[in-house]
Amino acid sequence: MTKSELIAQLAERFPQLVAKDADYAVKMILDAMTDALARGDRIEIRGFGSFALNYRPPRTGRNPKSGEKVLVPEKYVPHFKAGKELRERVDLGGS
Amino acid sequence: MTLTKAELADLLFEQVGLNKREAKDMVEGFFEEIRTALERGDSVKLSGFGNFQLRDKPQRPGRNPKTGEEIPITARRVVTFHASQKLKAAVEQLSDASKQP
Repeated sequence: MTKSELIAQLAERFPQLVAKDADYAVKMILDAMTDALARGDRIEIRGFGSFALNYRPPRTGRNPKSGEKVLVPEKYVPHFKAGKELRERVDLGGS
Repeated sequence: MTLTKAELADLLFEQVGLNKREAKDMVEGFFEEIRTALERGDSVKLSGFGNFQLRDKPQRPGRNPKTGEEIPITARRVVTFHASQKLKAAVEQLSDASKQP
């Protein structure tokens, strides 16, 4: 499922709204989630899961082409942990 | 601060002009549609944000950490999330200690 399919599904679910509202709502939700993580905040969606940041300490890597050592600075990476309901539904769907 | 469904619904109420009921239902619907797709076995690709994918894990040996008893961890299907380049770039700069999560 892609973003445009998700928007179409939601537009169908809310026939009283104009299609543009679903489009705008999806973009707004995704922007708000991106902004929250960019600020260093967590996201907790009951029944779906949580998004948080994991810290990656600085390390020396190597340029695979030249073999030269390069310092890779510390950074944060987004991490998702599925919530109970999502975990259970996905697992049952697979069996 | 933690972002939750309540804040997302407030945002849709304020910015999109949905009424409170619609805003709440839209947020719930957004996550429900994603869950439904994953439950069906579909991956979900939200460009600019990230992809939710499914992985089938085989059974593996496990242990009850309390008793030390060996119990197999059954085969299962799990959800993994891969952030888009855009989302990764947005959080990467967050390196100053004051903002540490």
